[in-house]
Amino acid sequence: MQPQSQAASRSLLSRFTALTDAFAFPLRTSHYLELVNPLWTTHALQAKVVAVWDETADARTITLKPGRNWRSHRPGQHLRVGVPIGGMHYTRTYSISSAPERNDGCFTITVKAINGGRMSHHLVRNIKPGDFLPIGVPQGDFYLPDANPVEPLFITAGSGITPIMSMLRSLVAQERLPDITHIHYAPHAYDVIFGQELAALAAKHPRYQLHLVYTREPGETTAEKRHFSATTLDSVCPDWRTRDTYACGPQGLLDAVESHWRNAGVSRQLHTERFRAQVAAAPSEITSGTVLFANSGVSAASDGVVNLLRLAEDNGLNPPHGCRMGICHGCDAKLKSGCVRDLRTNALLNEVGAIVQICVCAAAGDAELEV
Amino acid sequence: MTALQRQAHSQVRHLTADDVEQIGRELDRIRQDVLDSRGARDAAYIRRVIAVQRRLELASRVVLLAGRYPPAWVLGTAALSVAKILDNMEIGHNVLHGQWDWMRDPVIHSSKWDWDTAAPADQWKHSHNVEHHTWTNVVGMDQDVGYGILRMSEQQEWQPRHLLNPINNALLAMLFQYGVGVHDTGIAEVRSLKALRNMKPENKAKLKAVWAKVKKQSLKDYVLFPALAGPFFAPVLAANVGANLTRNLWTYMIIFCGHFPDGVEQFTPESVKNESRGQWYLRQLLGSANIKGGKTLNVMSGHLSFQIEHHLFPDLPSNRYPELSKEVQKICAKYGLPYNSASLARQFGTTLKRVVKLGLPTKQDLRRTFAAA
Repeated sequence: MQPQSQAASRSLLSRFTALTDAFAFPLRTSHYLELVNPLWTTHALQAKVVAVWDETADARTITLKPGRNWRSHRPGQHLRVGVPIGGMHYTRTYSISSAPERNDGCFTITVKAINGGRMSHHLVRNIKPGDFLPIGVPQGDFYLPDANPVEPLFITAGSGITPIMSMLRSLVAQERLPDITHIHYAPHAYDVIFGQELAALAAKHPRYQLHLVYTREPGETTAEKRHFSATTLDSVCPDWRTRDTYACGPQGLLDAVESHWRNAGVSRQLHTERFRAQVAAAPSEITSGTVLFANSGVSAASDGVVNLLRLAEDNGLNPPHGCRMGICHGCDAKLKSGCVRDLRTNALLNEVGAIVQICVCAAAGDAELEV
Repeated sequence: MTALQRQAHSQVRHLTADDVEQIGRELDRIRQDVLDSRGARDAAYIRRVIAVQRRLELASRVVLLAGRYPPAWVLGTAALSVAKILDNMEIGHNVLHGQWDWMRDPVIHSSKWDWDTAAPADQWKHSHNVEHHTWTNVVGMDQDVGYGILRMSEQQEWQPRHLLNPINNALLAMLFQYGVGVHDTGIAEVRSLKALRNMKPENKAKLKAVWAKVKKQSLKDYVLFPALAGPFFAPVLAANVGANLTRNLWTYMIIFCGHFPDGVEQFTPESVKNESRGQWYLRQLLGSANIKGGKTLNVMSGHLSFQIEHHLFPDLPSNRYPELSKEVQKICAKYGLPYNSASLARQFGTTLKRVVKLGLPTKQDLRRTFAAA
């Protein structure tokens, strides 16, 4: 279909749904379509799990078919995925591992079960084809530029390979694979996610230089050789200063890479993707700290006892509120980071995105709220 | 003795101040037990109710397209009434209370939800969750005591217009969604054109929002769906009017049975000054009444058949009220507290008796009225 007629048919469709929405008020047509197929909805984006594939012992690729409001991603981008555990939605961010050139309308994420990670374990162990997951649209600026052909250096570790895999697959699909150096860290050979595909790629395309580093393989290697180091970098990729570098992996690796590039004065050549910890430390005792009310930019010192509504008001804010005793939910606000304590139950909330009743909660240490 | 217990008809004079706080702590504990055990089973419950409601509404609209045939009309109207009641009671009321916010569902959430009734969600959350649930049965502070048009408490001064109590009550019942709809706009206080013109701008804005919603609802029920039936316009219109009326009468009855049957206490503004959490709990208990019935009544009333549990724990999932009820009754037995639970006939009967009785003046009322005139 031509783009023009596509747009025309879309506007015809939207006019039609505007009419059917009037029949569904105060809901929308979409709420009723959901009864037939959750992928037809427009009020909430969902994806259907169509396949699962074990990459390694603890990493699984999940193929998802997104609903109507999906838009194609740029290789390297991530999305938010909601997973219901115990009736609750937990949201995590995952990089897309497939190329946008895939033509079956599906995309994949590749999830590694992290130690103590409830959500990743659930995704890797319990999710099965036929399940529906709420998702967000692709986001992030960790992607290769369209225009200039770059000669990238990829530095990845563990599941940090996923956004890079999307880039590699896309470049192959477009038949414009440039000169690439790729350093990937994994505990053992059998832990390398996409190991076979990477090896095949390296065998077929001499311009793709793959260097696998095993951090826990028994042998004579020193700690320096096992983890990111200037020596390895210089020997594997002597021209790293002039390359566009894309790094993704655990905190430690990214910290090391960033400081190395900064010291060399070439930080602008470096692009990193890091998924920040979603859960803050929960102090066991009443702790003072600083509360940032993000919507207004006001920050305030908290003694760990005063409720957040009162704290906001004492600092000149007037957030919406109602009963002041935790029953009406008129003051609910999202936790952006940090930890808060429910003054009624002493329960601690420290997950990003948690809903906080600010009239009955105090900060536990530092906290940032959407107020 | 707390101010609450000093009231003339108090049923809890025997409690010490420590007892009251201890009751509060015990209720907090059973609240926490539910918070700790909410899970997939509860989430599945509300999702199922929502799916059933939508399917039922869809089916009833389809059946009503054949509304010219009496069996289809009766079946369609009944199904649509039930669908609307489910939407308002078990789903809308409870979702907007934040009972399901813990699921963090992007859609089933008190900040996102809207329901098929005249009250815009945000206004209702204020008049209901904030005012009614915080100041339950405090005459002059809780607008649900009479909705500004009925005399439902001896504390409200009798005026000749209250002679219309039974008639106004019947009108309120039939138009209940609109009565609740304008609850937060202060319109009930407006008794003259001049007062209408002088309404606060924010209240005018609220009225406009109600009107905007009423227009869309009316368009749907009284124009679009009847028109869709083509030659059967009239029977579909009649069915939709009938379903809305049934829903209005039912919700009115359930809600009035919650706070007006015999034995329910009302409170003065003085009695709630500096109220503690324990005293607040006690007032909710004394100010609410349950309706005895089965599972069907529970679901169709949005579990307001457990009005006491709802008022003690307004943000706990409604499907947990039956089990909470057992715990609450144990506490009531332990401390000699009343637990007002009776059949629908008894609760609604005594409510209607109150409507009639309080519409009529006592000798004192008459003397005062004539003296004032």
